[in-house]
Amino acid sequence: MARPMARRSVMAERVRVKAMMPPGHVRAPAYLRGKTGIIERALGTFGNPEQLAYGHAAEKKQLYRVRFTMAELWGDGAETPEDTVDAEIYDHWLEKV
Amino acid sequence: MSDTDGRRWHDMGGQSAGEIPQEGHDFALWEKRVDALMVLCGGKGLFTVDGLRRALEDMGEDAFEKHSYYERWIASVNQNLIEAGTYSLEELGRKMDEVADRGATYGAAQRDG
Amino acid sequence: MPHDHHDHLSPSGHPYRPDNDGPLTYWQRMEIAVRELLIEKGVVTPAEISTQIDAMDARSPANGAAVVARAWTDPEFKSRLLADASAASREMGFDIGPLNLIAVENTDTVHNLIVCTLCSCYPRNLLGLPPDWYKTREYRSRAVREPRAVLREFGVTLPDNVQVRVHDSTADMRYIVLPARPDGTDQLDQGALAELVTRDSMIGMGLPRKPL
Repeated sequence: MARPMARRSVMAERVRVKAMMPPGHVRAPAYLRGKTGIIERALGTFGNPEQLAYGHAAEKKQLYRVRFTMAELWGDGAETPEDTVDAEIYDHWLEKV
Repeated sequence: MSDTDGRRWHDMGGQSAGEIPQEGHDFALWEKRVDALMVLCGGKGLFTVDGLRRALEDMGEDAFEKHSYYERWIASVNQNLIEAGTYSLEELGRKMDEVADRGATYGAAQRDG
Repeated sequence: MPHDHHDHLSPSGHPYRPDNDGPLTYWQRMEIAVRELLIEKGVVTPAEISTQIDAMDARSPANGAAVVARAWTDPEFKSRLLADASAASREMGFDIGPLNLIAVENTDTVHNLIVCTLCSCYPRNLLGLPPDWYKTREYRSRAVREPRAVLREFGVTLPDNVQVRVHDSTADMRYIVLPARPDGTDQLDQGALAELVTRDSMIGMGLPRKPL
């Protein structure tokens, strides 16, 4: 069962991006959904863009930079498996592995 | 019946694509004005960058293929201002016709000629 | 009739495209109409618009190049830059507004590359407006999947022992690459070093120029 992110030190923790596909303005790219990476750094809290986009007051959400290997993202077809992609993902999109 | 995997058109990371077009252009005055209105109105709290992005995404892939960057951005700025109630579509429609009546070029269509 | 001082050369030295003489498009009509309605309703003034255009024109890769050149010559500034690039940019006097900037450093073993796959996020308040190629479907699609092929298209081939780190600007952060200082530049001052720093090298899609 997926465990939610806890608000404590999470550096280098393994996390998975949730695979959900809601039809609206979100900032978790599709190519990262369902993929596992590690927390590269915590960035603090920011207004949830999913609420701001529709003209609503936004809850503050924790934001993290998460690092993924190309092998994780693209499998055997990866150009260079050890290269990485870092992306900023909000904590409600992440679950502990 | 149709189906989709749920990926939205603007969410381009990892899709196949060809060579990157490397030509650039210098921004026209009207484009710089669009950019300025976007920054100023956002700064005044009339809309958010998130609302601008959402409107761009909702325009669909066709708009991305057919219209230039700042054509889509003025459309998004307008969409957000309409939603904010800053002006009405009636006011905008009247004003756009008034602009067209002034002259056939961008220069001629300015209020001060 | 006051002359609009934006009619002459653009900051890159090219003349503005001759929009003033082309047929008025629907989108240009919209821009004029929206602008005039906003002015009539007291939301913005013509002076604010002019000032904002001037402020964006003043932002250019030269600002980023100055930051890079200082980091190359001042190790403590470089530490501050890597810890908090927004504060370091402001320390140099650049008005970057609310920009949340992260600087990522190229080394002998790491090459960084910046993209926004979801739209076209770019550190515009420091570097000015992004190049057209940065906003293309092709770049946004391929940079996170085949960065080395994309780099080769732009004339950059990396050694095998160098890892590529792609940064997808998905939320509130913006990025600047701190390129590696070219060899043979020990005798150059900050001004001369800044001349070597290209816009593309601060996106990670180019390397700094070599000294003459």
